[in-house]
Amino acid sequence: MAITLNVIVQGVLTGLVYGLMALGLSVIFGVMRVVNFAHGEFTVIAMYAAFILFEMLGLQPLIVLLPIAAAFFVVGYLLQRSLISPFVGRAEHEQFILLVGLATVIVNGLLLVFGPDARPINLPYSFDSYAIGSLFIDKVRVYAALGAFAVAAALFLFFRYTRTGTAIRACADNLTGAAVVGLDVKQLYAVTFGLGLACVGAAGTLMATIADASPSLAQAYTLLAFTIVIIGGLGSMVGALVGGVLIGVSEALAGFYIQPSMKSMFSFALLIIVLVLRPQGLLGRRL
Amino acid sequence: MLAVDGISVYHGDAQALDEVSLTVDEGAIVAIVGANGAGKTSLIRTIAGMHRPASGRITFQGNEIAGLPSHQVCNLGIGQVAEGRQIFPSLSVSENLDMGAMLPRARGARERNRQRVLAMFPKLAERLAQAAGTLSGGEQQMLAIGRCLMGEPRLVMFDEPSLGLAPTIVHDVLKTIRDLNAEGITCVLVEQNVAVSLKIASRAYVLENGRITLSGTGAELLADARVRQAYLGI
Ligand SMILES: Nc1ncnc2c1ncn2[C@@H]1O[C@H](COP(=O)(O)OP(=O)(O)O)[C@@H](O)[C@H]1O
Ligand SMILES: [Mg+2]
Repeated sequence: MAITLNVIVQGVLTGLVYGLMALGLSVIFGVMRVVNFAHGEFTVIAMYAAFILFEMLGLQPLIVLLPIAAAFFVVGYLLQRSLISPFVGRAEHEQFILLVGLATVIVNGLLLVFGPDARPINLPYSFDSYAIGSLFIDKVRVYAALGAFAVAAALFLFFRYTRTGTAIRACADNLTGAAVVGLDVKQLYAVTFGLGLACVGAAGTLMATIADASPSLAQAYTLLAFTIVIIGGLGSMVGALVGGVLIGVSEALAGFYIQPSMKSMFSFALLIIVLVLRPQGLLGRRL
Repeated sequence: MLAVDGISVYHGDAQALDEVSLTVDEGAIVAIVGANGAGKTSLIRTIAGMHRPASGRITFQGNEIAGLPSHQVCNLGIGQVAEGRQIFPSLSVSENLDMGAMLPRARGARERNRQRVLAMFPKLAERLAQAAGTLSGGEQQMLAIGRCLMGEPRLVMFDEPSLGLAPTIVHDVLKTIRDLNAEGITCVLVEQNVAVSLKIASRAYVLENGRITLSGTGAELLADARVRQAYLGI
């Protein structure tokens, strides 16, 4: 029983990082109806960025979290302004080709530069844990989860309380209305894509402390982010976090009690159950 | 103040406007009359920068604006109370008003304009925190007008502002338009209620299948046999 609880708590912590990654996907889709098929690929780039900064400059991931997120914001902003903007509102298959193409370029670039081997970040506290009663919780997971929660909370507050955040919600709510009142939609879309990638940058940096960076993770993370967003409900920010935690727990339990290679099977089973019982996702609005 | 000179607009292959020209003098109320599908909304949205004309010129206070993006057109002082109101249903009334004042020209005067709008529409003041989608049709129209005024427009284009509203509210909306005009805001008015709109208009145009077929003062068009037959059913 204590072991099960331990596994669940670890799963919740990992799941919050998954949730932050999925939050980026959800925000981009919710506002622009663009599905970022390169989401996992960007996550892995962030993991390598954290790895390099640690190996070369000795900077720990928690210190470079915000700088990497900021850099990803800028990349996302510029990417939207240049490459993606012309595809907004176009047919899904055209967006699909663009972003899958981008994903392929990224993965092959990573393979070229880093090779296929996994790159771990060995922090001084990588193997430490907090003992709480009979629970043993990995220190890195606690920090990663706190970091993910803080970034997600900041994003919530931004969307809820700033005028720019409100303007982005307005674009998602009624695009014609946004043009009618003179909102600069292209600019707001670029900010949105930037914020989506900032989530990814932060999530990847935190992920690098609990998983080893490798190009092969990219596709798995893209799929994982989709699964989470669909379970949580497309366009729901809280849904992305809840979905992340559910997937984190299901992976942890499956990995512990059955075997690690089976964990994604359980995530998909969860996805199918949600799709059957509640097609709009746990916290999604009925379409 | 506004001069539209020979603009043609296409939606894909379909032509919506064919060499349309009109002028709007400062301080005027200009009515545009036409059947469904005549191109009235296309005309307003083209002026607003939401469609790009294939040819022709649009000048506002001497500046060429055809082809400018809508946020830049709005920032020159051209506001729109759009067809279907186009409020933000999941945003609160207060947030909707704020969105009208995101234009650089209006940011500084946000609080003053908000007080002015709330004094004008006390119903909105009672519902500031409510989601705009839960308002009644008439309240949504007030919100659409109030949101437009938050942008400090000099010219407001009203696109069927009384569509779907109860008769008493239609009266309020038209009175609001006259009041705003009296305060110095130039108005372009597209109205289902042709008789009333011609009565308050200083100048009017008839749009048919994307072409201007008739123009004159409101009184002239009210007296015109073709207008009376086609739009007033007399
Ligand atoms: N976005 C659009 N795409 C294609 N056709 C359109 C679009 N908007 C309007 N139209 C067409 O253009 C013509 C003019 O429409 P509109 O300007 O809405 O007329 P009105 O406002 O006078 O009813 C109509 O035939 C309409 O079907
Ligand atoms: Mg219309």
